[in-house]
Amino acid sequence: MLAQLLQFLFSGVTVGATYALAALGFTLIYNASNVINFAQGEFIMLGGMLAVFFAQSGLPLPAALLLAILVPAVVGVVIEKLAIEPVKGAETVTLIIITIGASLVIRGLVQVWLGKGTHSLPAFSGDTPIEILGATLLPQSLWVLGVTAIVVVVLWYFFNRTLTGKAMLATSYNRVAAELVGINTNGVLFMSFAMSAGLGALGGILITPITLTSYDVGIMLGLKGFVAAVLGGLGNGLGAVVGGLLVGILEAMGAGYLSSAYKDAIPFVLILFILFFMPRGLFGAKVTDRV
Amino acid sequence: MQKRAYFGLYVVIAVLIVLPFVLPNSFYLDVAIRMAINAVIVLGLNLLIGFAGQISLGHAGFLGIGAYASAVLPTHFGWHPLLAMIAGAVVTGVLAALVARPIFKLKGNYLAMATLGLGIILSIAVRNEAQWTGGPDGMPVPAFGLFGFELSSDKQWYWVIAVLLSVSVWASLNLIDSPFGRALRALHGSEVASRVVGVDVVRYKVAIFVMSAVFASLMGSITAHYVGFVTPNLADFFHSIELVTMVVIGGMASVYGSLIGAVLLTALPQALATFEGWETVAFGGILMVCMIFLPKGLVPTLASKLGKGE
Repeated sequence: MLAQLLQFLFSGVTVGATYALAALGFTLIYNASNVINFAQGEFIMLGGMLAVFFAQSGLPLPAALLLAILVPAVVGVVIEKLAIEPVKGAETVTLIIITIGASLVIRGLVQVWLGKGTHSLPAFSGDTPIEILGATLLPQSLWVLGVTAIVVVVLWYFFNRTLTGKAMLATSYNRVAAELVGINTNGVLFMSFAMSAGLGALGGILITPITLTSYDVGIMLGLKGFVAAVLGGLGNGLGAVVGGLLVGILEAMGAGYLSSAYKDAIPFVLILFILFFMPRGLFGAKVTDRV
Repeated sequence: MQKRAYFGLYVVIAVLIVLPFVLPNSFYLDVAIRMAINAVIVLGLNLLIGFAGQISLGHAGFLGIGAYASAVLPTHFGWHPLLAMIAGAVVTGVLAALVARPIFKLKGNYLAMATLGLGIILSIAVRNEAQWTGGPDGMPVPAFGLFGFELSSDKQWYWVIAVLLSVSVWASLNLIDSPFGRALRALHGSEVASRVVGVDVVRYKVAIFVMSAVFASLMGSITAHYVGFVTPNLADFFHSIELVTMVVIGGMASVYGSLIGAVLLTALPQALATFEGWETVAFGGILMVCMIFLPKGLVPTLASKLGKGE
């Protein structure tokens, strides 16, 4: 009984960490530009697929992983420069379509280049499961959780203790005011895309040894990351992390105890209930209109 | 203004009448019918997106409800197709109203999230309930008939859908100029201002959302009967995106833009089929380029260019 519960919890927290990283990506870009970046899921896919590709082409694993984070970050920046910055201030729908277009281009290119097959990555430190109270935990899960925890701490430090981080926060509160005190808000937008693409890719790399990857995994992962971001209150960093973990845990519990066929539906049922009863998410701030 | 708007309607009707006589074969007729069906759905969706400024990322889900109501109810329960179609529309309307009421008290992207969630849940349900829906393989749909007369040939379908499209265009044009339409445009401009002049913002938004969802459901039923087969792809997230794209590419808040968007994006996959393997890249690329250079969509951008020239 307890072992089973614990088992579901472990797998939930592991996947949830990936959702959390994706949700942080959504949050960063949303705060910098009010854009909901529907290409976020493709960065997750890109991270996993590139890590597989670089590792198979003979690079040592650390170098392959580093490249698999850097390349998506560059892709994110290119999207920002070519497609988001020129249409700043366009309607939300227009921006959403642009990011969806970007996601199709990325997915299509990966499909043409690396094929439709499913790929795997060796676990970073072996596959011998660790037994805890009758449940088993993969060493890779510890990697996922550990790295996510480090990322969260680093981000906290970045936003609270460095000038660049504070500039990004200021921009998210009030863009015009930030510009008036001399913050380069275009630079902030640029940073946000690089960081959120990198974060997404990192999540994709970490989870690939457990869940495998292919050219089309990005859609669902991205949408669930979006659910996590809204669950935590869109725009709230801490909320994104808690939202991600919560979505992962509930999904694993639901798949285990209720119905595995409806596993993918669970996050979306959850978000509908949240929007009904706690419309601003768990940690969303109350917004007032300025007229 | 009014006269010019109706001039467009006459052009649409004229094109619809001439079209079947100039199309070389039944393949083109089939494409034309699909374009017209999409055009009706997009007209409804554009009222929501373009005029009320709200996004639905789950419209294919509503389409799916209609289509599967028309497939499942007559097949498994022996319902009359017309009754099944109405039942689908009623369920869709109630569901849309239930979801929309709490959501529309919020601002921003929450309707996008809620409709996206609803659409995905519906498409997963259709895939999983294989004993009713045939699962991922889909299921056949019985023919549509009324008073002993059965719609079977493509030609018959064409005329039915052509009439539907003309009526929809006429209704949209009138709706936009009605007090209801003016209220919608007002709340798109500024919600606070429209509330100040006495527009019940939430009620209007719910009304337009329910209306466009019911439109989609009815057209889903018609698609199902016309094709004679439904698959879960009809209710997919990607199809929802295609529909929104038709609205945005053609031009938000433009009736004729909706038609152009539907025609172009129905034709596009056929045209792209020659790019073996590169379809997705090409489709995505075209979306991005269109939106970057014509952020308001084709028809409004061209119209303002022409207007300047005069």
